[in-house]
Amino acid sequence: MEGVPLSAYLALGAVLFAIGGLGVILKRNPIIIFMCIELMLNAANLTFLAFSRYHDAPLRGTIPMEHTYMNGQMAVVFVMAVAAAEVAVGLGIIMAIFRMRETVDIDEMSGMRG
Amino acid sequence: MSSQLVVFSAMSIVAVLSAVGVIVSRNAVRAALALVVNFIVLGVLYFTMNLELLGISQVLVYTGLIMMLFLFCILLLNLGAPQMLEETSGLKRYVAVLLSLVLIVLVLTQVLGPVAFSGAPGSESALAGIPTAPDGYGTAKSVGTEIFTNWIYALEICSVLLLLGIVGSILLAKRRG
Amino acid sequence: MLEGTAGSLLFAQAGSMALTEEILWALLRVIVVILFVLVFVPPVIWWERRLLGWMQDRIGPNRAGPFGLLQPIADGIKLFFKEDITPSKIDRFVYFTAPAIALLPAFVLGATVPWGPNRLLTPVADVDIGVLWILAISSLGVYGVTLGGWAGNNKYSLLGGLRSSAQMISYELAMGVAIYSVALPTGSLRLTDMVSRQHDPLWGVVEWAQNWFVFTPYGFVACVIFLICMVAETNRAPFDLPEAESELVAGFHTEYSSMKFAVFFMGEYAVMAVFGGIFTTLFLGGWSPLPLNWDHLASSADASGMGWLAATLAFIGSSKIAGLWFLAKIVGILTFYIWLRATLPRLRYDQLMNLGWKALLPIAALNFVIVAIWMLYGWIAFFGSAAVVTLAYFYVVVLILKPRASAKRSELKLVDVRPDTAKTIEIG
Repeated sequence: MEGVPLSAYLALGAVLFAIGGLGVILKRNPIIIFMCIELMLNAANLTFLAFSRYHDAPLRGTIPMEHTYMNGQMAVVFVMAVAAAEVAVGLGIIMAIFRMRETVDIDEMSGMRG
Repeated sequence: MSSQLVVFSAMSIVAVLSAVGVIVSRNAVRAALALVVNFIVLGVLYFTMNLELLGISQVLVYTGLIMMLFLFCILLLNLGAPQMLEETSGLKRYVAVLLSLVLIVLVLTQVLGPVAFSGAPGSESALAGIPTAPDGYGTAKSVGTEIFTNWIYALEICSVLLLLGIVGSILLAKRRG
Repeated sequence: MLEGTAGSLLFAQAGSMALTEEILWALLRVIVVILFVLVFVPPVIWWERRLLGWMQDRIGPNRAGPFGLLQPIADGIKLFFKEDITPSKIDRFVYFTAPAIALLPAFVLGATVPWGPNRLLTPVADVDIGVLWILAISSLGVYGVTLGGWAGNNKYSLLGGLRSSAQMISYELAMGVAIYSVALPTGSLRLTDMVSRQHDPLWGVVEWAQNWFVFTPYGFVACVIFLICMVAETNRAPFDLPEAESELVAGFHTEYSSMKFAVFFMGEYAVMAVFGGIFTTLFLGGWSPLPLNWDHLASSADASGMGWLAATLAFIGSSKIAGLWFLAKIVGILTFYIWLRATLPRLRYDQLMNLGWKALLPIAALNFVIVAIWMLYGWIAFFGSAAVVTLAYFYVVVLILKPRASAKRSELKLVDVRPDTAKTIEIG
């Protein structure tokens, strides 16, 4: 959007990241902790894309489509793919722990043996 | 304040409020719902940056599949008493808030400061606004061309990772014995 | 938001006169979509009940109005005046939002479907990423069902919601791959491009016919997969596990009554109709009446001196009545839905998962690879690889997996106590 400075997107990303981090520290339900991690990933994605979009800002005008220009978008594509894999495995682990221990309180999961 | 900035602020307020909702709500389903709202707003923000493919992928991957998976697990576990999970000790809470405030200040001073106020490259027009997007920026064609040419190895590694993820989650889900 | 950017472009480029006209047309298109969703649903419900009645050798509703046509309206009025029961100990916010979320995708999807070639019926937002848009929005609709099931604070409805979300995740993948394997030959994700691509000569050679994707070999496979996934995604029989009335009372809407139930009900039928439109767009050539190249036929009739025939043919293929043809195709697909419901028994949960993950997804993925081979190496490579893949698939499924599965089943039979197996034990 015109009229919106890059710093606005970066500030939003920073705030979302911090809120996600707060959730990770604060929460005891592993699923919600997991969701907060997703939130942090998304905050990072937002900054990636903002940098990609505002890349070479001083030049103004049209910018040739070179692949350095696409790096931010590529990073986001791979973050999304890895996040999908991570969620599948992570939720599998949580379900397995729940079946074994009958609890999902993160503070109770201190033993290493199954 | 331009009209675009007003729209942006409205959307970012929704995003921040829903993010706060994720950690404030006592109920896991409500937290998931707040996160869905947040992801959709982020997708809309991507649209405003001409990133149509990534915006729709955000909605498709995050809200359509990932959050649905979260919701499925929450309902499946049916975490009987969410209030049991909510007893955080007072000290921990204050420490956490303090830490995240420190994080925000750190990011603001170290990243935003240079971008917005100092003489760092791009600072001047970074305040002024967005540069004109090149032709075809953010379309499926440009992203696809980029992935399948310059990033092909990363893509292959990523696909192997996804395959491992599938196999791993099936192994975890199967009851042993 | 897409429209927002388009709108700002308009502000920059067009004059104010053209702009107001454009906005007026956009508004008209929005009204058309909304009217379609709202007006089309009651006749669909009537049609389903009459047709089901006929198929099950009974009469069906025939009292309110001619042929019972007013029955859905009477039902709607009844639902309005029913007592609105809200269970205690529920999450009120989620409980009241869920029906609205269930109705949402019908409108949002309807906005991208090209109903016809003229100005009134083009999609409200002809987005570049139309196919992805369909997948994204249709997956949002399931939130309504899942959250509705959870919010009712009832174990039955919770089970319904759970089933719905698992079903959606399983079938969304196969559906996506099926769509991509017709998007690949189109070379675009835009829905209007897909329609115009299907108006090309059949297989690139038959001048008087149209290349509907359903007539191409890869498109036929994708079409069948998409059809099955579409039925599953709209929670219709035989995939109506989320509301299986013989197991779960009424599934996810057990705790809903009065208007909120009516909204769920309407959402289901509206999404069905809109999905019919998407199916028509993707595989059945959009608004073209029959797979015939009407302009070509008209010109050849004109050449052979039959002016009246040429005029008729040109009229049939013209853009004036294209919307009617589109509507007729949607009605045909809805009839197919109803026919399925009357014919097939509901799947068991494990059968549902097996179908989605072990049959539809691999077939769709193989089909996608084969389409890519065609695109790269031509049709000889296509038929060669198709034959190889088909044989390999049957080899794996029929010769390796089937005997194992049936061996397992025969082991089970001895401990089973169903009456028919009990008899075999006696005889044996």
